[in-house]
Formats: sequence, structure tokens, C-alpha cells
Amino acid sequence: MAAVAESKGRGAALVMVLYLLFLMLPIYWLLNMSLKTNREILGVFSLWPQNPTLDNYRTILTDPSWYMGYVNSLTYVVLNTAISIAVALPAAYAFSRYRFLGDKHLFFWLLTNRMAPAAVFALPFFQLYSSIGLFDTHIAVALAHCLFNVPLAVWILEGFMSGVPREIDETAYVDGYSFPRFFVRIFMPLIASGIGVAAFFCFMFSWVELLLSRTLTSVDAKPIAATMTRTVSASGLDWGVLAAAGILTIIPGALVIWFVRNYIAKGFALGRV
Amino acid sequence: MDKPVNNRAWFLVMPVLALVAFSALLPLMTVVNYSLQDTFGGNQFFWAGLEWFEDVVHSDRIRAALGRQVLFSASILAIEIPLGIFIALNMPKKGVWASFCLVVMALPLLIPWNVVGTIWQVFGRVDIGLLGYTLTKLGISYNYVNDPIAAWITIIVMDVWHWTSLVALLCYAGLQSIPDAYYQAAKIDQASRWKVFRYIELPKMQGVLLIAVLLRFMDSFMIYTEPFVLTGGGPGNATTFLSIDLVKMAVGQFDLGPAAAFSLIYFLVILVISFVFYTLMTKEGEAL
Repeated sequence: MAAVAESKGRGAALVMVLYLLFLMLPIYWLLNMSLKTNREILGVFSLWPQNPTLDNYRTILTDPSWYMGYVNSLTYVVLNTAISIAVALPAAYAFSRYRFLGDKHLFFWLLTNRMAPAAVFALPFFQLYSSIGLFDTHIAVALAHCLFNVPLAVWILEGFMSGVPREIDETAYVDGYSFPRFFVRIFMPLIASGIGVAAFFCFMFSWVELLLSRTLTSVDAKPIAATMTRTVSASGLDWGVLAAAGILTIIPGALVIWFVRNYIAKGFALGRV
Repeated sequence: MDKPVNNRAWFLVMPVLALVAFSALLPLMTVVNYSLQDTFGGNQFFWAGLEWFEDVVHSDRIRAALGRQVLFSASILAIEIPLGIFIALNMPKKGVWASFCLVVMALPLLIPWNVVGTIWQVFGRVDIGLLGYTLTKLGISYNYVNDPIAAWITIIVMDVWHWTSLVALLCYAGLQSIPDAYYQAAKIDQASRWKVFRYIELPKMQGVLLIAVLLRFMDSFMIYTEPFVLTGGGPGNATTFLSIDLVKMAVGQFDLGPAAAFSLIYFLVILVISFVFYTLMTKEGEAL
């Protein structure tokens, strides 16, 4: 430890401070703008708001065409997370515990879906969900996002499950547990943190996605991300409100980040670290 | 660790299979269908054979987009991988400061992609953005809206801002697995800092680095939202990457045939890269 401590002196701290500053600066600027009026944004150039105001946030939280965007996004994101985890749990168990016909091919095929460009699927999804009458519904977006979230959940959960010794399963079966009862009562509590991490990443990837959710919705299920792009392209740019809307979309991630900080690398690498 | 063979495990996989087949296979078949046919509207289709594929392969526009795409992916890899390693080496090992670094570094990863675009759109503006304003005051001509070079630099810096932390976090996870005994041995041998890196740290990071390179390559190869919000593919076509071009074709102009052929080629490229990724990753797992 001593060697490490010596090699990481003031230089290392300086590098980190500079890097963190680089990361925070653009976010700070957005926050700064969200607390100003439009006149101040366009008129005076200042590093912090001269007359801090929460008007922009008030606009968003009182105007249904704005705040319904958040409600819509949250609805399909939660739906998607629930579906993804529910179907991924048994599958991940199968992959981590058994070998079966075509298992490797299936596992690979799942991965290709995580890696597939959303742009390829935009048009076929639009037609598929229109033809079955689900266009502009939350469930359509939730199902579409399963394309990349189910594989992600399976891979992450498989990684966590493989860390649980198989003897536990065998002992439980000897003790007379049926599979469903063993799975819910004994196994799921053991991988609770894994389920949490998988759920977090499903939530996140569904939350940050724009292309599919925008293609599949028009009015009733329009996500906040799409509401924001509309404002950008409108002629009268309301920079303050735009900035406030952006800050509000960062909050869900920022709230839970502390709990998953040690698993972030694992989640982004599909459970493989 | 050998697992028992049990084909009844298929029952556990069925829900996933059904769901992914519905949301991936079915749409993909539509794409294959369109790529081989032509339509003049009214739901009448004619066999077009490989015509669309030839069109796509010979299209100057798509070739140009592919060129830009490769250049973009190569540039961000060349910056993010070394920078990520460098940051990981400088990260504190434990304590509150380490947790703090982790949390701040992860923040850009969790921001919706269109907001990432918005953040940089605002940040880079000459009139109201900190970056654009400062550069202009310093006498540097910078305007990402109508200068292609400035637009490229902005997009690359944005991607570095957005994703370098992922590389750093993966490398950090790799570094954490090195036992202290290795460093002590190196110290006894009076190994230089470079040698410690070259012979201890780099080999231990090999596995995670591979994942980092492949993830960054694939994700940058299908980047859409961030440049779409920031520049809309402009000025002109200067920052129109493959996905932006494809969406323009499919949803904007409704050129179903060519768009479908384009999609399939795009998908095949991704499939090949995924296969390399899978092989390397599972091999890594067996070695452990």
C-alpha cells in the first residue's frame, strides 16, 4: 500500500480535480441557466445568476404539456423495467446453472440485440406497433425498449447468479423446496443487490433513449426527451425552460447513483467485470 | 465449473425468447422483406432482388457517411482509451474521496442522450454558452453552427465528456483486482513507474480494456441522438453519421427499399463485431 500511496501524490489529486471540473462545468452551466430569466440569459453574461429565480421550474411543473412528458417517460420506463426483470430472472438462472441445447447461441443472439442500432429498428417498430394498434401507447415503448434491456438484464443477472455457489440450490432441493418456492424465498434474496443493479440499468437505458420512444409516440405517450427537442426547434427559444427541463431529467440518475457507485462498471460492461 | 445438461431449462428461457422474438425477429423480417421489394404505394409490392443492395453499396452519400462514421469512431477511441487509462491510474483507491470521484464521474453516463446534446448545444453557443463565449473573447473564431471543423471538434469533445468515464471506471475495476503484493515486489526490485504500468497494470487491465474498446466502438458506431440534437447532422452533411442518414431515409423520406437494405448491411456489420466481442468476452470468463 505504501508504494501505491507514494506514487499517487499531489499530481494524481490535481489530475482528478481537473477531470471532475471538466465533467461538472457543462452541467453547472445548464443549472446556472435554469435559474435565470430569458432576458438575463440573452442580455448579461454572468457566471452565476444575478437574480436567481425558480420561474422556469414553475413553468414546467404547472404546464401539463411539459410535466406530462415526465409522467409518460416514467410510466414506460417503469413498465419496461418490470417486464425486463420479470422475464430475465428465470432465463438468467437457466444460463447460469444449466447447459442446454443451443444455450451459447441463444446467449449470443441476446447480445446482438443489445448491440443493434436503434435506427435499424425505428421504421419496422413504427409499422409493427401501428398495425396492432399500440402506436402512441406506453406499452409500445416499454416493449420496444425490451429489445436492448432484456439482454442487458439477462447478462447482468447471470453475472451475479454465477457468484452464488450451486450447493445452495442443491441443499434447498434436498430439503424439499420446489423450484418456484426456492427461487422466490431463498435465491432472490441472495441476489437482491444484483436485481437492484439490473433494475437500475434497465431504468437508466430506457430513460436515456430517445430515438425509439420518439418514433413510437405522438401525443399521448410523448416522452420528456421528445418534448424537449420540439422546444429546441421552435422559433421562440425558451432557453431557461429548456435548461430547467434538462436539469430535471438528470435528477433520477443523480438520486440513486450513490447506491450503485460500485457496480457502475459492471452494469455498463453487461455484468462482465 | 461444469454445469449439468438439462434441456428443461428451455422452459425458463421461453419468456425471454418470446419477448425478444416479438421485438427483434418480427421487425427484422419486415426489413428483409422491404429490402428485396419495390413499391409504388397502395400496398403493392414488386420483387426487386438485390437492386437496393447494389444501390446502397454504390451510393456516394452512404459511403461518405460511412467514412465520417469510421473517422469519428477512430478519433474518439484514440482519445478516450488513453485518457480513460490515465484517469483510472490517478483515481484514489479508497475512502470518501474515491466514492465522490466515482459518483461525479458516473454522472454524465446517466444523463439522457438528448440532454447531453442540449448541454453542449448551450455550452458551445457563442452568445450564451460559457465555452463559445470564452473562446470568442480569447479571439478564437469558433462557431459550431456553420463551421464544419468546429462542429466536429464540439461533437468529439462532447463524446469524450460523455463516455471517457466509462473507460476509466472499467480500467479502475481492473486495477482494483491487483494485489498489493505485486506493487511491493516491484518496489523491492526498484521498478520504474513505467515498468510497473507496462508489466503489472496493463496486463491486468487487458480484459476490461477489451470490453471498453468494443463497447465504445459499437456505441459510437451507432451514435444518433447527441449529434442529432447538437448539429442535426450539419452544417451541410458534415456530421451526418450512419444512423442519422438511415433515419432520414427511412422515417423522413420513406425510402423503404434502400433504407431496409442499408439497415441489413448495417446490422450485419454489427453482428460480426458482436461475434468478436462475444468470443473474446467468454474466453476471458473461462480464463478466470
